[in-house]
Amino acid sequence: MTTRAALLVLADGRFPAGGHAHSGGAEPAVKAGRIRDARDLEEFCLGRLHTTGLTSAALAAAAAQGLDPLALDEAADARTPSPALRNAARRLGRQLMRAARATWPSPELAALAEARPRGAHQPVVLGLTARSAGLEPADAAHCVVYETVSGPATAVVRLLSLDPFEASAVLARLAPALDRVAGQAAEAARHGIDALPAASAPLLDISAEAHAAWPVRLFAS
Amino acid sequence: MHLDHTHTGPAAVSADSARPDGTRRALRIGLGGPVGSGKTATVAALCRALRDRIAIAVVTNDIYTREDAAFLLRNAVLPPERIQAVETGACPHTAIRDDISANLEAVEDLEDSVGPLDLILVESGGDNLTATFSKGLVDAQVFVIDVAGGDDIPRKGGPGVTTADLLVVNKTDLAPYVGSDLGRMARDAAAQRGDLPVVFTSLTGADGVAPVADWVRERLADWTA
Repeated sequence: MTTRAALLVLADGRFPAGGHAHSGGAEPAVKAGRIRDARDLEEFCLGRLHTTGLTSAALAAAAAQGLDPLALDEAADARTPSPALRNAARRLGRQLMRAARATWPSPELAALAEARPRGAHQPVVLGLTARSAGLEPADAAHCVVYETVSGPATAVVRLLSLDPFEASAVLARLAPALDRVAGQAAEAARHGIDALPAASAPLLDISAEAHAAWPVRLFAS
Repeated sequence: MHLDHTHTGPAAVSADSARPDGTRRALRIGLGGPVGSGKTATVAALCRALRDRIAIAVVTNDIYTREDAAFLLRNAVLPPERIQAVETGACPHTAIRDDISANLEAVEDLEDSVGPLDLILVESGGDNLTATFSKGLVDAQVFVIDVAGGDDIPRKGGPGVTTADLLVVNKTDLAPYVGSDLGRMARDAAAQRGDLPVVFTSLTGADGVAPVADWVRERLADWTA
């Protein structure tokens, strides 16, 4: 049975799970002058993909595979040193949970919602959502890596008035790298929780902490 | 309105009139409208007019600051724990219509932390004439325009002006200074809206918010009936 269309529904930027209010670290990077044009955006996305993207995608693939979501939630905490990013990940997880239970309800989603009423980490919820939708671990990983780069790209279109065609071209150029990282993440998940990657991006952690304290900002993270 | 709305499906659906514990949730009224038309001032005046008899909380959707929430806090219209700000990622209409998850979270958190509540006002960030609230988020919506924004706005219509459950034309005290014809605005609004109500307000006068407050009381009476 093919489930490709369900994957499109889940990966669609219009899926109402709260992502539109988050820039994936792009807002502080724009403010600091690290993203000024499409080329910078591509480098930023590539860095994010190979760090938090890989880590999050493996968590999602592991959840989709059926590993214990509560243990994965703890693994996600251990891989997220920034309190601001933990907070954002749990808020997004809670928002995704609402959408997931309306679209692909399942006892596993209900159990996680009950165990983590304030929200589990978003990649864990996403993996479980994919599982409820009948998708494969690799599909969940693909969803996460795509979000990892599409979030900042959309945000930069708004923040810099970047040409939207250029932003989409960046995403298209990154597509082969997205496939590779999703594959690595799904492969890592096959070896259990202790083998999950823990790649991190210290600059994203630091700038997320600073951004959370800005009095004026367009995005929640 | 979703007065008798019930779901037998998953509990995550947002428009349920009951909370998870089976009690009736608060009535949710959205206030939208263009930037500067007086949404926050209307919310503040409504809180002052209603708070003695009705348990109220407010969710603000600031576009890029916490200004609206800060205004309500500064004016002490409600205790701080009854005011929550939602961040909208540069897209205020998305947060009240296309992806309402952050706002739903805010209204549910308010009911959990300071409830039971009778009424939650959800104020949108200032937006354009097409911005409307999802029925999954609010039970009724108010669209606030003002006379200084041009007396042709009712004629131009758009989803907010045409379909809101209540249209408020604010700042009537400014009409003589900006050359706005209130009679024309009333006629155009009636032509666009049919039987849907329109009220004219001036919040600078004593009890200027009374027509809106009366309408809210009627909605509450319907909700709890």
